Amino acid sequence: MTEPVLSVRNLQVEFASRRGTLRAIDDVSFDIAKGEVLGVVGESGAGKSVTGLAVIGLIDPPGRIAGGEIHLAGLRIDNLPPEEMRRIRGKRIGMIFQDPLTSLNPLYKVGDQIVETIRTHLNLSESAARRRAIDLLAEVGIPAPEKRIDGYPHEFSGGMRQRVVIALAICAEPELIIADEPTTALDVSVQAQIISLIKRLGRDHGTAVMLVTHDMGVIAETSDRVAVMYAGRVAEIGPVQDVVKNPLHPYAKGLMGAIPTLAGEDKRLVQIPGSMPRLSAIPRGCSFNPRCAFAFDRCRVERPEPLPRGAQSVACHLYDTVPAESAA
Amino acid sequence: MLAFTLRRAVQAIGVMFAVGIIAFSMFRFAGDPVNQIVSIDTSAAEREVVRKSLGLDDPVPVQFVRYFADAAQFKFGVSYQFRQPVSALLSERMPATLELAICATVFAMVFGILMGVYSALKRDTVLAKLFQAVSLIGISLPTFLIGILLIYLFAVTLGWLPSFGRGEVVKLGWWTTGLLTLSGLKALIMPSITLGLFQMTLIMRLVRAEMLEVLRTDYIRFARARGLTTRAIHFGHALKNTLIPVITVAGLQFGSVIAFSIITETVFQWPGMGLLFVQAVQNVDIPIMAAYLLMVSLIFVTINLVVDILYTVVDPRLRATVGRAT
Repeated sequence: MTEPVLSVRNLQVEFASRRGTLRAIDDVSFDIAKGEVLGVVGESGAGKSVTGLAVIGLIDPPGRIAGGEIHLAGLRIDNLPPEEMRRIRGKRIGMIFQDPLTSLNPLYKVGDQIVETIRTHLNLSESAARRRAIDLLAEVGIPAPEKRIDGYPHEFSGGMRQRVVIALAICAEPELIIADEPTTALDVSVQAQIISLIKRLGRDHGTAVMLVTHDMGVIAETSDRVAVMYAGRVAEIGPVQDVVKNPLHPYAKGLMGAIPTLAGEDKRLVQIPGSMPRLSAIPRGCSFNPRCAFAFDRCRVERPEPLPRGAQSVACHLYDTVPAESAA
Repeated sequence: MLAFTLRRAVQAIGVMFAVGIIAFSMFRFAGDPVNQIVSIDTSAAEREVVRKSLGLDDPVPVQFVRYFADAAQFKFGVSYQFRQPVSALLSERMPATLELAICATVFAMVFGILMGVYSALKRDTVLAKLFQAVSLIGISLPTFLIGILLIYLFAVTLGWLPSFGRGEVVKLGWWTTGLLTLSGLKALIMPSITLGLFQMTLIMRLVRAEMLEVLRTDYIRFARARGLTTRAIHFGHALKNTLIPVITVAGLQFGSVIAFSIITETVFQWPGMGLLFVQAVQNVDIPIMAAYLLMVSLIFVTINLVVDILYTVVDPRLRATVGRAT
């Protein structure tokens, strides 16, 4: 296998607060290959967005990367000086944020914002950058781009603005796109368009995509692999069909059970009892143990480490007791 | 855009009309103007002649219309104390006041914005904290005290700058300027600082607060995610968004600068409209007071109009709503 575009190893992110240091991300590891879409799911506060921000180097104080390594196509990027990291942002890693309505500067024409980004990263003349901006707008599906390029953000609808944001994220042909809940602020019909756009762009350009969302439907539609996060850790990671059809971790099972089906009659949706612990009060052992129906003594003292199970990997003691030969 | 400007202009005329009524009524409530003009031993018959010659025996509405029509042509009658047309007195004094006000505002804007941006971007440095502390003094010290302290330090103790007056002035048509001579420029320094200090601290605090606010917005975070340089983010994206409220405040404050120049002009014996007004108050010189009231309101109204138009230049969103509303 070729080298993954993004490789995150044992990442730890901490936030200093008045009540001591809070660990938002604890020992997270995953890879994304070229052209692959990795979905990252989890409840609010599970550390999905912080992981994305850590990769692009935008964790602001009081937060900091406390441990682990992040490699972009072999280059270690978590300890780069700020100026070098800035050159990577936007050029080699593109990012799409949740709210397209506030992601664009209201005082500048969208074209100027795209041209500015292109010229920051690529050595192009003003007119060449403008031509490229028009091409980009056309590529993300904005009609009459040569006219719309001179529009201000408020003249675009939410879905169109998210397309502009995507054009901005891909304008320097990045190897990796981090999409942080790109569809959450949009209505459902537009969501589908944006998702298929991100999918198509990833396929056409061979871009790796890290798609952060809490919408399992979006993940199932777009992703090749999925990582389920819980309380700052990866509970389970694996190919999307496997995780959706055959979740291993009790938390992942709970999440999949909470997806409504179209065929289902009036069955009540399964709910995971309790709520995610606060960062200041993460339980000992497995952080999921107070809510887990299968928890046993070991779960309350020892933290489970990721175990390979076929193509999947799961951090749960339930699978450690199973004889080793069943694991590939 | 044109319709918007016209509508605002009509509103401005309405405001000026209301101020005109107030200015006019000052004449009727501050004693008999004839008594102010003639001497004590003037006979009643002579007083009637004066009254008639001034049109003071006409019905009140007629007098008002006449006053307003004259005022619209900048004719404000004759000063009681100087026996000269008020408009001549005002136009003679106006360059001094405007020059002082403009210098004070430029000083306030330049230093206020620089210090505000610095203290927002380098929040934790000693200098930024010093700016904050100094701005507190600037906001709480009264103008006349600052003026007197400056005079004591730079004029009396060090002898670097003149303590009063405009220095040598050069005549450019009817306008007199102190900007072209060394003594004129030196004379301008202390009054400008005195007058602009409050505005400067206000702008500095405003820029700092706005800048910190803007730096937290999503589009700044997105601009960073796009890999733009810190310089482009701070001075291209953040500062422009900061300037909208700054324009409002600085614009409206320009009116107050002219109005507050009364105090600064008195402290520095600056031969401007403010000093003229103070003398007029002491001598119950109603025509000058009324004219001053009208002039200051005219300046305020004009500034408001300009600020409104400037908004639409800076903020494209307003341009759109303005276009739709008209």
